[in-house]
Amino acid sequence: MKVMIAISNADVAPRFDLTVEALIVAVENGKIAAEPRELVLSEPSGDELCALAVSEAVDLVICGGIDEVHYEYLAWKKIRTIDGIIGSYQEALRLLLRDKLSANMIVPGAA
Amino acid sequence: MFHNADLISLLDGIPHAVVLVDEKLHIGRMNQRAEALTGRSNEETAGIPADYILRTNLHPFRPHFTKVFEEKLIVSHEGNILDLNRKIAPIRFSISPVESQAGEVIGAMIVLEDLSLTPFRMQEEGTDGFEGVVSISPRMQEVSEQISVFAGTDASVLIYGEIGTGKGFVAEKIHQASKRSSYPFIKVNCGALPEPLLESELFGHVAGAFPGADQNRPGMFRLADRGTIFFTEIADLPLPLQAKLLTVLDDGELFALGSTKKVAMNARVIAATSRDLKRLIAEGKFREDLFYRLNVLRLQLPPLRQRAEDIPLLVDHFMHSFSPGRLVPKVDREAQNIMKDYSYPGNVRELRNIVEHAITLSHGKTIKAEHLPEYLLQGDDAERYAPVWGAVAPGLAGAGEETGRAKRWDDVEKEMIIDALRKSRGKRSDAAKRLGWARSTLYRKLKHHGI
Repeated sequence: MKVMIAISNADVAPRFDLTVEALIVAVENGKIAAEPRELVLSEPSGDELCALAVSEAVDLVICGGIDEVHYEYLAWKKIRTIDGIIGSYQEALRLLLRDKLSANMIVPGAA
Repeated sequence: MFHNADLISLLDGIPHAVVLVDEKLHIGRMNQRAEALTGRSNEETAGIPADYILRTNLHPFRPHFTKVFEEKLIVSHEGNILDLNRKIAPIRFSISPVESQAGEVIGAMIVLEDLSLTPFRMQEEGTDGFEGVVSISPRMQEVSEQISVFAGTDASVLIYGEIGTGKGFVAEKIHQASKRSSYPFIKVNCGALPEPLLESELFGHVAGAFPGADQNRPGMFRLADRGTIFFTEIADLPLPLQAKLLTVLDDGELFALGSTKKVAMNARVIAATSRDLKRLIAEGKFREDLFYRLNVLRLQLPPLRQRAEDIPLLVDHFMHSFSPGRLVPKVDREAQNIMKDYSYPGNVRELRNIVEHAITLSHGKTIKAEHLPEYLLQGDDAERYAPVWGAVAPGLAGAGEETGRAKRWDDVEKEMIIDALRKSRGKRSDAAKRLGWARSTLYRKLKHHGI
């Protein structure tokens, strides 16, 4: 499974449409399958991030807040979204690998 | 300071969302309206960076507080936030210093004024005297009058209408015109969550109520206290929860999941449906007593094909909304006639999507027939839903073999499900994936359609 996480420094970015960085991670059998890649946009854009998710053939997007238009676009493109995540993206990834990440979670260490 | 009981009642009395932050801009306390706006409780947000909870476009956040902390000034900024319904809401942020008794700035108070609700904006919209309703048809005039009357009471309202007729829009208008408008309007999408999560979402839960419940969480009813709670498709509410909802409505109090403590419920209930509730009652899928409890005031929204005189007005309205700050493109005669003659089984929502599609393809120039979705020109149902409906109802591309224009949505949905099951050789989990739905959503719809 290919995962894209919208990030801001060490955390999951609070807003999908205001994100300039994304991490692409390949996950297999509960483990990271290849070296994660960090992609940077020239300016914040939810449309560009969606296009990136599609062109990278991502299966799952993890993000903070995402507006309805982009959320439904990703669903239309058969890309699952776990949104509302707050906190460290590494912690979010760790929870995902253990199949314990769900929408609107504040991951440990966020406070 | 932030745990002072008097402070809490003071904050809850302010008719806007209020957030107290410390000097690191971490959440100290939110009032009830802020909890409703963000969908987060005080318990889970204490100590979290405020911009992570507010999801504002004031980014970076800290520079907006410099004058507040260094010069003890009150500042105001206009921006937006992403609310719990994934909507971008325009907000005026008023930020003032919070000082200790010694006069030292120890934090800030952020007051969030929802600009989409200001009276000035409401007067800017609408052409028929009822702000926001774009219509010249007599049918919608009656609806506007009913909205005004219903807003003056606290009785439950049941709104009937096909999909895309604006049931949510009307529910929000009733709330905004009512005495509850200063309090939250909370929307519940019963079909979006599996049943075990739905009970917790509606009524809240206490820590330890079920595995994974680490903290107390307020439910939608608590977030809607003194305001309005709106059920987008009440027929999607599972039968056991219908019973619990009826008890809450009758008793005016509720128990959060896992709690033995009664909590008073003071939210006005508005429900909407596109289904035939009487038929569902006869089939044992909807409780008759709940139906009569909700159906105190009834509002029927006409489908767009029954108010075709509104189509040009709505096209113009959406053309303007999709062209902010730019020249609004014209629509040529042929495209106008095609749009006027179409039956819009998806109603206003479908019309909105068609206009957005056309504006995108025309690149801001005059809209012609070639810029409209192909199915408008061909009448092919399978093609109809792929480009236009994809963003709203994923998985509809390729539904069924029949053609024909004015098909009921229910029939299309049933065909789409059968199609997905056929392609998945009966495997329901695969069919759900094809449709872009949770498995629980597919199961509920299988029951609904008797498949």
